[in-house]
Parts: sequence; structure tokens; C-alpha cells
Amino acid sequence: MTVADYAFYAFAIVVVAAGLMVTLSRNPVHSVLWLILAFLSSAGLFVLLGAEFVAMLLIIVYVGAVAVLFLFVVMMLDIDFAALKGEIARYMPLGLLIGVVLLMQLSLGIGAWVQAEGAMGLRQAVAPEMDQVENTRALGLLIYDKYLLLFQLSGLILLVAMIGAILLTLRHRKDVKRQNVLHQMWRDPAKAMELKDVKPGQGL
Amino acid sequence: MTAVDFNTILPEFLLAAFALGALMFGAYFGKDKTAATLVWATSGLFIALALFIGFGTEGERMAFGGLFTDDPFARFAKVIILVSAACVMVMAQDYMQRRDLLRFEFPILVTLAVIGMMVMVSAGDLMTLYMGLELQSLSLYVVAAMRRDSTKSSEAGLKYFVLGALSSGLFLYGASLAYGFAGTTQFAGILSTLGGDTPVGLTIGLVFMLAALAFKVSAAPFHMWTPDVYEGSPTPITAFFATAPKVAAMALIARLVHDAFGGIPGEWTQVLAALAVVSMFLGAIAAIGQRDIKRLMAYSSIAHMGYALVGLASGTAEGVQAMLIYMAIYVTMNVGTFAFILSMERDGRPITDIQSLNMFSKKEPLKALALLVLMFSLAGVPPMLGFFGKFYVLKAAVDAGMVWLAIAGAVASVIGAFYYLRIVFFIYFGKDGEPADSNMAPVQWLMMVGVAVIMVLGIVNLFGIEPVAALAAEALVR
Amino acid sequence: MATIILLAPLIGALICGFGWRIIGERAGQIIATALVFLAAFLSWVIFLTFDGEMYRVVLLRWIESGSLGSEWAIRIDRLTAIMLVVVNSVSALVHLYSFGYMAHDDNWTEREHYRARFFAYLSFFTFAMLMLVTSDNLVQMFFGWEGVGVASYLLIGFYYKKPSANAAAIKAFVVNRVGDFGFALGIMALFFLTDSIRFDEVFAAAPALAETSIRFLWTDWNAANLIGVLLFIGAMGKSAQLGLHTWLPDAMEGPTPVSALIHAATMVTAGVFLVCRMSPVYEYAPSAMVMITVLGAATAFVAATIGLVQNDIKRVIAYSTMSQLGYMFVAAGVGVYSVAMFHLFTHAFFKAMLFLGAGSVIHATHHEQDMRNYGGLRKKIPYTFWAMMIGTLAITGVGIPLTHIGFAGFLSKDAVIESAFVGNQGAFWLLVVAAGMTSFYSWRLMFLTFYGSNRAGTVGHGHGHGHDDHHHEPHESPKVMLIPLGVLALGAMFSGMIWYSVFFGDEDKVRNWFGMDAAHHQAEEHAAAPVEGATAPAPSEGAVVSTEAAPVAGAATAVADVPAVATEEVATAEAAHTASVAPKGAIFIGPDNTVLHDAHYVPKWVKVSPFIAMVLGFALSWLFYIKNPSLPGRLAANQRPLYLFLLNKWYFDELYDWVFVRPAKWLGGFLWKRGDGAVIDGSINGVAMGLIPLLTRLAGRAQSGYVFHYAFAMVIGVVALITWLTLSGAQ
Repeated sequence: MTVADYAFYAFAIVVVAAGLMVTLSRNPVHSVLWLILAFLSSAGLFVLLGAEFVAMLLIIVYVGAVAVLFLFVVMMLDIDFAALKGEIARYMPLGLLIGVVLLMQLSLGIGAWVQAEGAMGLRQAVAPEMDQVENTRALGLLIYDKYLLLFQLSGLILLVAMIGAILLTLRHRKDVKRQNVLHQMWRDPAKAMELKDVKPGQGL
Repeated sequence: MTAVDFNTILPEFLLAAFALGALMFGAYFGKDKTAATLVWATSGLFIALALFIGFGTEGERMAFGGLFTDDPFARFAKVIILVSAACVMVMAQDYMQRRDLLRFEFPILVTLAVIGMMVMVSAGDLMTLYMGLELQSLSLYVVAAMRRDSTKSSEAGLKYFVLGALSSGLFLYGASLAYGFAGTTQFAGILSTLGGDTPVGLTIGLVFMLAALAFKVSAAPFHMWTPDVYEGSPTPITAFFATAPKVAAMALIARLVHDAFGGIPGEWTQVLAALAVVSMFLGAIAAIGQRDIKRLMAYSSIAHMGYALVGLASGTAEGVQAMLIYMAIYVTMNVGTFAFILSMERDGRPITDIQSLNMFSKKEPLKALALLVLMFSLAGVPPMLGFFGKFYVLKAAVDAGMVWLAIAGAVASVIGAFYYLRIVFFIYFGKDGEPADSNMAPVQWLMMVGVAVIMVLGIVNLFGIEPVAALAAEALVR
Repeated sequence: MATIILLAPLIGALICGFGWRIIGERAGQIIATALVFLAAFLSWVIFLTFDGEMYRVVLLRWIESGSLGSEWAIRIDRLTAIMLVVVNSVSALVHLYSFGYMAHDDNWTEREHYRARFFAYLSFFTFAMLMLVTSDNLVQMFFGWEGVGVASYLLIGFYYKKPSANAAAIKAFVVNRVGDFGFALGIMALFFLTDSIRFDEVFAAAPALAETSIRFLWTDWNAANLIGVLLFIGAMGKSAQLGLHTWLPDAMEGPTPVSALIHAATMVTAGVFLVCRMSPVYEYAPSAMVMITVLGAATAFVAATIGLVQNDIKRVIAYSTMSQLGYMFVAAGVGVYSVAMFHLFTHAFFKAMLFLGAGSVIHATHHEQDMRNYGGLRKKIPYTFWAMMIGTLAITGVGIPLTHIGFAGFLSKDAVIESAFVGNQGAFWLLVVAAGMTSFYSWRLMFLTFYGSNRAGTVGHGHGHGHDDHHHEPHESPKVMLIPLGVLALGAMFSGMIWYSVFFGDEDKVRNWFGMDAAHHQAEEHAAAPVEGATAPAPSEGAVVSTEAAPVAGAATAVADVPAVATEEVATAEAAHTASVAPKGAIFIGPDNTVLHDAHYVPKWVKVSPFIAMVLGFALSWLFYIKNPSLPGRLAANQRPLYLFLLNKWYFDELYDWVFVRPAKWLGGFLWKRGDGAVIDGSINGVAMGLIPLLTRLAGRAQSGYVFHYAFAMVIGVVALITWLTLSGAQ
């Protein structure tokens, strides 16, 4: 085993353990922190694969932006996780049973793992040779040329996400009063009020 | 990207361009006031593209190095998707406008969902498949929750989203297992690596992917979201859910199992048969207890997906053909039925209670008759078209040697007939009471009565859909 | 023309049955009757001008399903022509007769319109019977077969207010079902083996059937024999042969014209017709033929014994009908189908006349049917008396022995008996004894009814039915009832003599008459003569009574021809019919079948024996009922067990009740209460009302609304699928 192998197992174990802790930890803030750990370890795995660019993206975008955003959201929302967990606990035995069965099946499948004969060749045929181009360029060649369609479709998906976010949150509520500065500024006293001369003892 | 690539995705490209343009137009000019115009324009575009796809192209083409396929099968599915989406949109317009639900994003989201569906049925690669799936799903999540003021609608959207995410996860996991085995995500590549023993890992991956897709067609036991989402969403959205996405997902399953896993039919026919049986029976049995017609239609669609899966489970070209015919008939029936459900109201408020149909025949004899035809057709009573759909899939199963599956289908259809006929009973023999109003826009009336007429006249030649479906099925199953 | 014959009764039935409300009841009756008369007239035209060459009128394509194909076609050959005449003539006369007989009926009030219904049923029956006899394939025949069954059911149960009539109708229908089941099985077996139901194709395949064996009821059978037996079971039901005969006496609950038409002249002879029609098959089924002979003879004998002691006038005639049907089957069974048809033909006339005469008596005595309450009616109703006398002379077979001069029954019955002597000695003796008994009970009927003193009201006669004022005064029936009697009397007298030669004359003549390949071609010239001679009476039949001279003349020429030809052609006939195996013509006589030929050369004593039996029967009857009327009572007292045995019809009904009806009722009750009620209804209702709602509730409970429940269900689904797939896909 080389150093790289040790590093791989270290990162891999951390990713799995952190992922487990994300779901198990009682405090949602802790969950997000565990998630950040999982992201960081995954970045390490990418580095080991020679994909430094993706590793950096993961750290910058996911750890730096997404996860921190999560943290804020979780902190701002006051969700009673304990109550939800209590409901879930009722199903714990059955859930565990199913989980164990699923795990056994998966380990059965992965334990007896075989690859198709030409799989390795097919795998390497997609990307350019590593020693000829650096991986940023290789990534660019793939997503902007070979997988242009997928890239554009991803763009559409993001567009949908954007439209959805706006559609579901942006609203002009008619039932609340808002301050309209211009409206206030252009208000004409002559139209807004009327002066009446009230005679004493008579009322209006 | 070459010119061939571009020509192949021209319909999708046009739709995407239209969606972007419409978004700009809507955002800058009048917002929701343009919505009605956009709905009609979108529907018109859908119909035009359906005509273009149906008549304008021939043969089989691959684009983007195998990521995207254009063959008769894809075209058949696309035409159904486009036409049904157009029908549902024009039906929805009146309903949404009257209830102040019509937002200009609605046609745009539907357009984007339709692009997703078209990509799904044309997918030649697991990645394309996933992209299409997500594009469609995400649009649907949003429209499901579109009525923000209604907690039910929001709940529906959220449930759909969460469970949909789970199904996406299942799919990705399965896809990664398949990739791990084959070393490629292209269908053709996967197919070429099959042969000899199928490792357990690949089987598990296949099951995961099929489970995720079963979620999309709402086949039991991955159906649980369906009744809640159907009930919670605004009715036009429900109508949309019940039609085009089902066709797309069903076609997607057909494409995946035949294009990528056609070499090992023994693995997936069993899965599909199991899904089919459970769906048929669950759809039939659970629908009996329903009092809300939208929930009932949800279970109805679960059962119908079971029948379509029977066709696929037979694993033959005949089975695919039967599935395509079934889906075409199913979509038509649902368009007609939802045209009526959209019109149900009392004092101007939409209602979906089955009891409100009591003695509806006295009030509106023609609509009651049309509804009767539709219900009979949904139940599969000959000589309505719905019967022929069932006949084709059951025949395919029998011809493929799965007699037990056909028998199960027949038994389930007997149970299922109960709740359709119960509606008919209410309409004609129910208790006296104040039946619901049926306030129909002309286009809804046209859809409903037209579909009812189609259901009856379809006995002649099935409108020539059979050879077209056969051609499509042959293109897929070689 | 054939089409008109076939459809005229149907149109009449429709007009009369549905249209009488518009055109009036009487108009409906007249139209139906007129149409049947038209059909009868055309039938005679066909019968007399028919040249023996089979032809077919295709009306429409009927069934096309796989290799099962058939047309609705009219097959005209000699058999059909005979049956057309029989059916339509009797039917027309019965229609006419019914005008009088049904004019007043105590079972109905004046306001109830039963007459149009009756005539519609009659016409419908005629149509169904014509369908049967004109059929060109077995399925069409089966259609007619069932059609007459329905008509019979409707007419037996015509007095549906009477429980006994309903019971009789149901009994007739159910017993016939048993036979029909056999018939249907036979048709299916034929289709199974020959892949066709068309007569021509089936007949062509008949020789091959004799070589085939078929597995049925866990036993291997010779195909031809099995089919023969199955078809004969059908014939047994319709023709009331021993075993399936119990419905016929009960069927007398129907109005008397119905008994005359359906249960004497036409429908009950359908079985004989079937056997003759299927003669190409039967010729290859020797075992089936033996069975037919034995059963026919047994029926003739048993029915005659029962007839000896019955007191109901109609039942006596009914048993006599059964007995005569037995004669026909014996003739068919020994292979002389032409003789079977001959007896069928003559029997139709005299038996219809006996029934109509009995109806006239009943009419005259105001629906009194017990012979013990008659007596001395000769003077009161002379025309009826003479008609009945002619009928009795015909049925008992009065004629001059060793010549061909005699009443119809004399010629045909003697032909049967002579053929039986050649074919089956046992049957011969049974038939001779039966002939004696026939004579006895027929004369007994005559003596009890028309001679002696009037015993009305003395024996068990209820006074309850409300017209005591005139029921002691028998009166002659109206003209419309007497005219049919007269016409039929002509037939009973002369039909035997006129057509003797072509049915039972020289073999070549018979062959030519039935359109078979002639044994010798010279024979055709000879055969043509009697046919032409017979054309003379054709118009006279239509124009009722007046011209009696013509048939006699025709008969004379016909009879004169016979002996000459018979002697001439013996040797050539022998040689020829071994060669002619092609099933051409209406009936088919196999190459080894020489019964028809041999029957002419039986010893003299055989030819005389039925006559002697007849005379003995007459003498005994005279002794019992004229000379010494106390004798029967004493004999009955002496031989009480035998008397009761006969009076109770050999206890067939009781036996059937015990063996079939009660177990069937018990089984039915058991299956109904336990099987249907508890098991089937229980399980269906249990599933529909218990299990399904339970599952529905469960499904509703599962739909909890919690997302994690839903997600959990999905995971369980995945796990279940993988488990199932790995377990089942592991092999």
C-alpha cells in the first residue's frame, strides 16, 4: 500500500462516518458541520484522483457557500427535531430490519462485484489522456463540447429552480399596507383634504 | 455540435428558446395579464411541433455521440406528450383564470417540463435520462405547489419534492452501479457489455433505477405521493400530472429496459411484472374507499400504470406496442375526464366530492352520458376504447407466456370496475339532492364530449394507431 | 318457391303474434292460416313435380368461424319434399280446425285474447319445423330442432293458468333437453371428426368414420357407431322413444289441435326424419342400427301395452303415437328408411285425424276426456264418428291381405313388419303383438266412445265447471272442424295405396324416387309413371273434399305398376347396389343392405300375420266392450298387479321420479343452499364485502400523509424487489 492508498482509505472512512453522523446527530447544527466534514473529505478524494479543480470547486462552492447557507437556514428555522425523531423512533425496529436487509443485499452485490470485460476501456475512452491536458482543460473539453447537451440541460434545470423559487416566494400581497414613497411625495393636499368651516354648536 | 445534432434536437431547442423568450416577455410585459395569451401560444406551439415531429421526420438518428436518440418510438411518445400537454393547458386556462391562479410562469414551466419529457424519451445515455428526468420533475414540483395560499398545495409540492429527491437518489445510485459494471453510461455501451452471467450488483442497480422510474409513473409501492399530490394540487395541474409525465416516464422505462438492458430481459420482466400486479390491485382496491374524485383518479392512474406495465413486462415488441396504445388511450380518457372534473363547482367554488354527482343526469343529460362513456371506458367495458387498451396489454402478456399476469389483470379490472361504475350509479341512480354545477368553457366541453365520442368510435380501427405503435415498438425492440 | 314455403309461416306468426292489436284478432288468425295454406299448396307442387335431384336454395351466409362454416340454406330433396307436404298440410288443416276448436274456451274469459297467440304459436311451430326439415347442415337443423321444442313448450303450456299444463310443458322441455344434449354431442363429434357440419361433406366422410375410433367417456368407440347413438339419443327425446318418452302423454295437456299437429303428425316424427336424413352415417354404424331397432320395437310394444288400459281418450292416442313411432324406428333401424318415411307419411294423416276426431268428441262433450264418460255418441256426432272410424281402420291396418289394397296404415305398417322380419326377428314378433294390441285399444276407444249407452256423468265426472245446462247434450262440431277431418280421412284411406310403390315398391323405383343412383337406368321410365299418376290428386288436396275420383285413379295406376317392375329388376338391382356407394340422393342404402329387396320375398304367413293380429285384437275388443262389458272389470280384478302396472305406465314416471328427479332436487337444493348460497355467494360476498373493503381500509390507513411513511414504503419496495429478484433470479 502506498501513501495514496492510505490517504484514500482515511478520506473514505471519514466521508462515510461523517455522512452517518449527519443523519444521526441530534443537533441540526452539528449535522451541517458533519456535512462540511464530508464535503472536505470528498474534496480530498478528488485530489487523490487528480481532479484538483473539482476538489477546489467543492470546497469553495459547497463548503464555502452552500453549507454555510444551510447553517444559517438551520439556525434561523426553529424546527423541533426531537418531536420528529420521536415519531421516527416508533418505526426504528422495522427500519433497522429493512436497513440491515438492504445492507446485506448491497454487500452481497458489491462483495461479488465484477466488471464487464470492456468496462475499463470504455471508462478511459471518455476523458482525454491525463498527461496531455491538465484536468481543468479536460473538464472544459467534456462539458462544453462532448457533453454540451447535458450542460445546457443543466442550465435549464437551474432556470426552472430559479423560476420556481421566484414563483413560490415572490408575492405582491394586497392585504398588507406598504409604504409607497412616490405616492406620498406626489400627494396633493388640495385633493387629499377639505377644509370646512364648522359653526359652533351645530356640528357637521 | 454538428448540424445533424442540431437538427435532431430542433424541437427541443425551439421549445427552450420559446420558454426563454416567453419568460422575458412575461417578465417585462404585463406579467400575469399575458398568461392567457402565453397559454394559447404555448399550446399552439406544442401542436405545431407535434405535427412536425409526427409527419416531418423519418428514420432513426443519433445525436451528440449517442446521448440523444430520435427514432419512431421517441416520436410516438413525443407526439402524445405534446398533444396531451396542449389539451390540458387549454383546458386549464379558463379554470385558472377564473380562480386567479393563472400565472405567466405556468405555461413556461409546463414548456420546460415538456422539454424534460422529450429529452427523457429520447435519452440514449443514463446522464441524458437523468437530466430530462430532473428537468421534468423540478418543473412539476413547482407547479404542484403553485397555489401558494393553499396549505394543501404547498404540502403536495413539498411531499412530491422530498420523495422525488429520494427517487432521484435511488436512480443515481442504481445508475452508478450500472456504470461501475459497464464502464459507460451510454445505453448502447451497456447493452454491448451484457452477456453471460448478470452480476448481483448490476441487478441491484437495475432494481434501483426501475424503482426510481416506478416512482415517476406512480407504480405501487412507489405510488404513495400520488393521491396526496393529486388532491392537493390545483385541478389543472393534477390533470397535467395524470397525462404527459406518465407517458414520458413509461416510455423512459421502455427505453431503459430495451435499449440498455435488452440483453437480460429475465431480470427486469420480473420486476415490472411485480410492479404491475401490485399497482393494478392496489389501484383497484384503494380507490374504492375514496370520496374525492381527484384522489380516485390518482388511484385510477396507479391501476392504469399497472396495466401499461403489464405490456412492458411481457418483454416483447408486441408488449411495447400494447403499452404505447394503452398510454395513448389512457391519456385521451384522462383528458376527457379531467375536462369534466375541472368544470365541477358549486356556487362558483370548485368541488371534487363524488357525492355531489348525485342525480347529475337529470341536470345535464349530455354531459352525464359523456361521463358515463368515459367511466365505462376507464373501467374497460367493451366496446369502449379503454377495453381495447386492456385487451392489447393482456394479449401481449398471454403471448409472452405470462398467463398468470393476464389473469391477475383481468381480476383486478373486475375489482376496479366497481368504483367507476359507482360514479355512474351516482350520476343516474343516486339519491336526490342538489347536484354539482358543471360550468364548462367551450374548449372543456369540446374535450370532454370529443373524447367520449372518440371512446365510442375508436372501435373502428382504433384510429389507425396500431400500425404506428407497432412501428415505434419495432424501432425500440430489435 | 321453397323460400316462400319456409318464410310464409314465419310471416304469419309475426303478423298474427304482434300485429293482431292493429289488424284485429280474427284478421290475424285468417292471415296466419292463409299463409300456411299457401305454403301447403306450394309444398304439394314441389312434392309432385320434384324429380328426385337434390337442389339447394342458399338464403344467406350464417356462421363463419374458423373451419366451422354454414349457410342458411334450404335443401330440397325427396325427404324434404315429403316432410314439407306432411308438415304444411297437417299444419294448414290444424289451423283451420282451430278456428272451431278454439272459438270458445273455458280457460279464458271473453276479454282475453288467447286466439291470436295460439295461431301465432302454431305458425311459429310450423316455421321451426320447416327449418328443421329443410336444413342443409346440422346446426341449422339443431336450430329448427330447438325451435320446435320451444313451440312445443309454449303450446303444451298454452293453458298457463293450469298448474298441470305448466308442469307438463316443463317436463316436455326438460326431457327433450336430455335428448338434445345427445344430439348436440353428436353434432360436435361429427364436426370434431369431419371438420364440417354440412350434410354433403359429412356424408362424404361417413365411410371414413366407420374406420375411425374416438375416445369418449373413457372408452374407445367406433366413431360412426358413437355418432349414430348420440344422434339417436336426440331422436329419442324428440320422438318419445322408450326411456325418454314420459313427456309425450303429459303433453296432452295442450289443446287438442296442438296434439294433432305437434305430438302426432310432425314434431315427434322429427327423430325419424333425423335418422333417415343421417342414413349415410347410419349405414356405417351397424351397432347403432341394432340399438335403434331394439328400442323402436320395445317402444312399440310397451306403448301398446300401456295404451290397452288408459281411459283418457287423448292419452290412448298418445300411446298409440308412441307405438307407431316405434314402428318407424324399427323400419329405419333395419335399414329401410323409405319404409320409415312411408309410415311417417301415412301415420301423419291418420293420427292427425284421430286426434282431430278426438278433439271433435271432446268439443262435443264440452271438454270431457274420460272415455268411461262417453258412450253411444255414434248417433249424436255422426261425421266425427265416421272420421274416427276411418282413422281406426287405418291405424289398425285394415286391408286385403297379400294385395296392395287397404287403408294407409295397412300398407305402411305391413311394410314395416315385413322389413322387420328380414332385419330382426325379435323386433318382428314384438311388432306383430303390438299390432294386435293396437287393434285392441283402437277398437276399445271406438266402442267405448261411440257404442253402448251414454255414461256421461256416471263415473267421476265433476259437475263443477259451470255449464250443467247443456253438458249432457253432445253436439256435432262446426264445419271448420269437420272439413279438415274429411281431408285427412282421404289421406288415411288412400295415401298408402297411392305411394306404396315409390316407398316400398321395387327397389329401383324407390331409389329413383329418392334420387339415389339408380340400380338400373331402365327403372327410371317405370318409376316415372306412378309419379305422374300421382300428380292428378294435387289440386284436389287444396280444394278440400269434392273430388274423390282423381286420387283413386292415380292410386290404381301406381299399384298396377308395382309387381311387374319388382320381378323384372331383381337381379340387376343386386348387382348395382353393391357398386353405388356414393351418397347421392335423399337417403342412402349401403351396399350390403338388402333388407328393402328381401322384404318383398318374406313368407306368406309373415305378410298375413299383422292382419291376423289385427283381427284378433278387434275380436277381443268386441268381446270385451260390446258382447260382455263386464269382462274387462273382472279381468282387471283378477290380474290386478298387471293391470296396475299397465295403468301406471310401467311405473316409468315413478321410477324416474325416484332415480332422477328426487336426487336431482336434493342435489339442486344442496348445491343451492350449501354450494351456491354458502360457498359461492359466501365467498364472493366475502371477498366483495369483507376482504376488499378491509384491504381498502388498510390501503387508506397506509396513506397516512406522513412523508417518511411514504419514503419508508419506497425503501421497503426496493428491498422487497431486490430480495425477490435475488432469490428467484439466482437459479
